[in-house]
Amino acid sequence: MIYEPSVLAVLVFFVFVGITLGLSFWLGRKARTSEGYFSAHGQIPWFINGVAFAGDYLSAASFLGICGMIAFYGYDGFLYSIGYLAGWIVALFIVAEPMKRLGKFTFADALNARFDSPGIQTAAGLSTLVVSVFYLIPQMVGAGALVTPLLGFPQWVGVVLVGVTVILIVVTAGMVSTTWVQFLKGSLLVIFSAILTLMLLARGFETAEGGADGHKLRTLGPFTTETLAEKLAQSEATKQWSVVAANSAWEKTPFVRLKDEEGAVTVWKKEEKQGGEFFLTEAQSLTKTPDGTILVNGLVKGKKKGEPQLHPVGHVSKLPGGKKKTGPLGFLSFFSTLQESEVVLWSKKVVKEKDDSVTTVYYQKPTPGSQVLRPGEHPRFKGIRSNDPIDKLNFLSLMLALFCGTASLPHILIRYYTVKNESAARKSTIVGIVTIGFFYILSLYMGLGAMTSGSIDVTNSNMAAPLLARSIAEWLFAAISAIAFTTVLGTVSGLILASAGAVTHDLMGQLLHVKMNDAEQVRVAKISSVVVGVVAIILGILFKDMNVSYLVGWAFSVAASANLPSLIMLLFWKKTTRQGIIAALVVGMVSSLGWILLSEDTFTKVYGLDAEAALVPFSQPGIVTIPLGFLVLICVSLITQPVSSSAASSD
Amino acid sequence: MSESRTHRLPLVLFGIYLLLYGGFIAINLYATDLMELTPFAGVNLAIWYGFGLIIAAVLLAFIYGVAGSKANDASDADPENGEVSQ
Repeated sequence: MIYEPSVLAVLVFFVFVGITLGLSFWLGRKARTSEGYFSAHGQIPWFINGVAFAGDYLSAASFLGICGMIAFYGYDGFLYSIGYLAGWIVALFIVAEPMKRLGKFTFADALNARFDSPGIQTAAGLSTLVVSVFYLIPQMVGAGALVTPLLGFPQWVGVVLVGVTVILIVVTAGMVSTTWVQFLKGSLLVIFSAILTLMLLARGFETAEGGADGHKLRTLGPFTTETLAEKLAQSEATKQWSVVAANSAWEKTPFVRLKDEEGAVTVWKKEEKQGGEFFLTEAQSLTKTPDGTILVNGLVKGKKKGEPQLHPVGHVSKLPGGKKKTGPLGFLSFFSTLQESEVVLWSKKVVKEKDDSVTTVYYQKPTPGSQVLRPGEHPRFKGIRSNDPIDKLNFLSLMLALFCGTASLPHILIRYYTVKNESAARKSTIVGIVTIGFFYILSLYMGLGAMTSGSIDVTNSNMAAPLLARSIAEWLFAAISAIAFTTVLGTVSGLILASAGAVTHDLMGQLLHVKMNDAEQVRVAKISSVVVGVVAIILGILFKDMNVSYLVGWAFSVAASANLPSLIMLLFWKKTTRQGIIAALVVGMVSSLGWILLSEDTFTKVYGLDAEAALVPFSQPGIVTIPLGFLVLICVSLITQPVSSSAASSD
Repeated sequence: MSESRTHRLPLVLFGIYLLLYGGFIAINLYATDLMELTPFAGVNLAIWYGFGLIIAAVLLAFIYGVAGSKANDASDADPENGEVSQ
């Protein structure tokens, strides 16, 4: 698809960013001490902090990734919503109040409260850095993906724009401005998502034969292999068309290539019928030739409106009772209607030819609504419908990592230090759960709405929610895109601040024994923020082709494996020793990272190697590495019990 | 509310949610077809259970919040009780 920058969208976007930066500079006057910089003096009101939790947590993965996954695959994206929210239960019931009681600036403070050990502080600081950087990559990738269609800039410009803006926010006022940016963004995200959902329900469903650009997807046939050329010649519309002979790359695919009267080669998918007959349904193709030319449906890709480009897709092909239009729908009738309908989803297949040209074919997949609304259709969730125990373990492992990961994310944990006491920590978590839960319910409506809006870009699932907004109103697209961008700003600010705290407080203060006064701590934190920001920009550009929610899954797995065992055991097992905590942190971090780097997903998507070469049996490490962290902590703690008295050690 | 009950409550609520979440995963893994049933209003179990988990999280959080506030009030009224959550 070609995105034409809209003046309104650009204006709204810069107003949003301007307000955010202005707020940051204005609030920056208040943060002069390290306590002000890292924890806003613990003076953020609990309600503001609660909504800021939502602003911090509802990252690019939640808004762009989940909506996109639902729009492409249906219910499965909602499994992420369920898992992400469930994690907050661990945060509320287990972690919130002790974190506030034990810590001061960083997650490492809380872990180290009983021991005063440089080893714990260093290991926890390192783990904070690793998790934050892992979490930063998808945010930056998401920012780049957003800016391209919104402003017409290349991906790297978007990444640099986010990086520079966030560095400015964090450097000016630390936690105070970060909190208000997150509050603003959290509130706007939920309010505008609710508006989008209501407008979507008011519009209802309508059957169509193609996407929002008016192109009707054609079906030819029926044919048999023998009669294909003959029947094409008999039809008025296709009499000058010819069949392109299948070479070795194409002969094993379900596609037929036809050359039209202008010489453009289009791709069609064979839909087999009984008796050896088949229909041809129109597919879309994107070809990269060895000389770098990009062909869209056989023609050189255009740069302006009206020139060759991929058609926007996603439509309802059948409604219950043969209706053409439903009219406004309710919150439940939206699902019950879809359940009885048929939706045209799109799949893709890559064909590599001997001359090194690569064609990605996007083809229609008419799917019953009942199938769209059931779990287990996305390849990542194949374990649900598979009898292979390894696939089932992979699914279980992901759901475990999502459940355990939230309460271990450093940028979430530091938010417990911005309120004045444990009661405020608890109340702000409850506000966070309500806000986030409400948003996740809306995510299912928005994702399914995007799926049927005729506006989907088959090459970019991350743009589903903003494009849904565009299919309703241009002003809504402008607002949603700007909010999506501030979504990235809010989360990245929190991550950079968590990293800066870890570098200044945990690593320089404890590992390198650098004595710093208050002003020096703030200065070092600001320098660290700039360095981490620059690293994030570079990684965001390098990883631009990676799937956003996939990368976030990595961060959750590492956070849950490295941090959670120590946090839980410190609170609930009196025999926990400092050696046990250090060992669990290191083993959890190294094992989960190692597992990810040796997994099938990384082999195929990062290294470009065969899946069979992967060295671990499934991709999600949580189910192995989280229990491993607990086991290591228990064993090492038992071995290193103080000789004098176990009772004394428990204090 | 006594201090031990205050300490136990979050663990009990956590246990309830864990059962609900575990049930959801178990059905997905071992009785997948159940998720396609439409028990009420033409909406399938996958959506009811998913929304139910989100609403359950909110309800349990409120229960905890109300209990915590009462405990705080009690400790404010009785200085010897000290800070409940400590």
